[in-house]
Amino acid sequence: MADAVVLHPPLIQGDKRLADVTRDVCAPMDRRPGALWWSAFLASAALASVGIASIAYQVKTGVGVWGLNRTVGWAFDITNFVFWIGIGHAGTLISAILFLFRQRWRTSVNRAAEAMTLFAVVCAGIFPVIHTGRPWFALWMIPYPNTRGPLWVNFRSPLVWDFFAISTYFTISAVFWYIGLLPDLATLRDRSTGMRRKLAAFFSLGWNGSHRAWQRYEVVYLMLAGLGTPLVISVHTIVSWDFATSVLPGWHATIFPPYFVAGAIFSGLAMVLTLMLIARKVMHLEEYINERHIDAMCKLVITTSAIVGLAYLTEIFTAFYSGNRYEQFAFLNRTMGPMRWAYWTMVSCNVLVPQLLWFRKVRRALPLLFVISLFINVGMWFERFVIIVTSLHRDFIPANWSSYTPTLIEVATMAGMFGIFFSLFLLFCRFLPVIAVAEVKGVLRVGSRGAAAGGQS
Amino acid sequence: MSRRLFIGVFDNEEDLLRAVRASRERGHAVVDVHTPYAVHGLDDAMGLPPSRLPWMVFGIGLAAAVLKVWFEYWTTAVDWPVNVGGKPFNSLPAFVPVTFEVMVLFAGLTAVFGFFAICRLFPGKRAALPVAGVTDDRFAVILEQADSTFDARAMEQLFRSLHAVRIEEQITEETR
Repeated sequence: MADAVVLHPPLIQGDKRLADVTRDVCAPMDRRPGALWWSAFLASAALASVGIASIAYQVKTGVGVWGLNRTVGWAFDITNFVFWIGIGHAGTLISAILFLFRQRWRTSVNRAAEAMTLFAVVCAGIFPVIHTGRPWFALWMIPYPNTRGPLWVNFRSPLVWDFFAISTYFTISAVFWYIGLLPDLATLRDRSTGMRRKLAAFFSLGWNGSHRAWQRYEVVYLMLAGLGTPLVISVHTIVSWDFATSVLPGWHATIFPPYFVAGAIFSGLAMVLTLMLIARKVMHLEEYINERHIDAMCKLVITTSAIVGLAYLTEIFTAFYSGNRYEQFAFLNRTMGPMRWAYWTMVSCNVLVPQLLWFRKVRRALPLLFVISLFINVGMWFERFVIIVTSLHRDFIPANWSSYTPTLIEVATMAGMFGIFFSLFLLFCRFLPVIAVAEVKGVLRVGSRGAAAGGQS
Repeated sequence: MSRRLFIGVFDNEEDLLRAVRASRERGHAVVDVHTPYAVHGLDDAMGLPPSRLPWMVFGIGLAAAVLKVWFEYWTTAVDWPVNVGGKPFNSLPAFVPVTFEVMVLFAGLTAVFGFFAICRLFPGKRAALPVAGVTDDRFAVILEQADSTFDARAMEQLFRSLHAVRIEEQITEETR
């Protein structure tokens, strides 16, 4: 059996032993951060402070500082909200859905993807709060017996659904991430000293690798994955209902829920790809996040790109097939109106550019992949912008028509969110294992010669 | 009450599984097994019954959903009915999204906190490691030397033949 046929290349390269995994993944935490990390962190932190300052300014002054007008009442704020929620979804996809489908290649990327989810939801959550104009009243979205009646929240309102969806999504993503992190925190505790040991000891909750705990751990992980999967679909479905429950042409579409979910996963996968291509290089994790993982992610990207492309065509087809002149006009205006540049940027980045991924050579050319992933990020941002602004700026009555230009404050807030996101991600890479150590150990020999022969490691 | 424990340390999961099965075949109680990752097949080898956590999660999730539907109905149609665009006060389909989210929230949190409670995991708890390295690359089987039928030398020989890297005997005061 020594020469048994190996159907797949090994998931983890370099003939690693268990202790090697711990050492390699913890190595970036053991050494002082390099110049590259510091420069990236300082740049992100600077951007984050610009964002925080601009949020403080608009909260103090009022949302009149945005470029909105009576016609275009939603623009950058909701675009960014939907964009960031979407980014978060691939984390849950990789963690939960691929876990349920027993895709074992996920173990190398799931930890970072889950962290990305958390940070993206933080960025997303800020927008509806500042969008209300009076964020200090945000607690009014919580149904509690108050002194105003009691006047309860309106459970028929999609914005209340949003509140429940996002807070649940954040909570469940956070506990899912933490449960996954628990065994690794114990590993970290047992190999470190000083302050880090104390912190790891506090947060690892006394984990000692007992199988009785592992058995329940696996049950909890499976249940959270099983709950997380419909949750992620429900969250973006609800986000799409924010639009679809209206009567505005271009928004009032039944395709919105699946279209939004597919788009969210597509954009999130592109962001995971962007982050992983940087992380594997900077943190020397090439053997753990190797060509096989990147190839698998590229195939998911092209699949979701195809779904998104189909949704674009379906929207146009439905508009013209409906015979509704307002609906038809909304799509003519999107593709040929004053905002056509945004529409065609969206189509080029989301449908045309990903077609390159059909070629194996492209899937292996990492610098090119990095550029493609950035294009998709841009394209998906524009998708939300197109849906929101092109539908709003020319509605039923031409007398209402107007245009929209973002103000500096809106641009600064958007840039600031990227700063917050990357600062949090860089801190995560610095202080926590960026790869799920315990899970990778479980798949260490998948595809390796030793496993195929059924022998010892 | 003090217990006399017999600990075999291995460096891969196949040897561990064989050692656990062999110990149980000889009629020795496996107190616990410590591994750096979840080893599949250990539940069967140790004879652990399936966890009842899913039933708890199902029950609480369902109860949360039912209570939430009632609460939405009560607030919207009974306690303070507000006419929003002529929609019916008791608009059940509109209550579905929030009900679903609340169900997932309670079910998920029950799973997590139930797990912490059952495994007695809490912040700052001192980890009881049987031997060093079980969170890194070592696998440990803990047997109890409950009575005179436990032949420590025979077990040591058995574990050595299964490539045990270390054998230890410990006397512990705590009740596990």
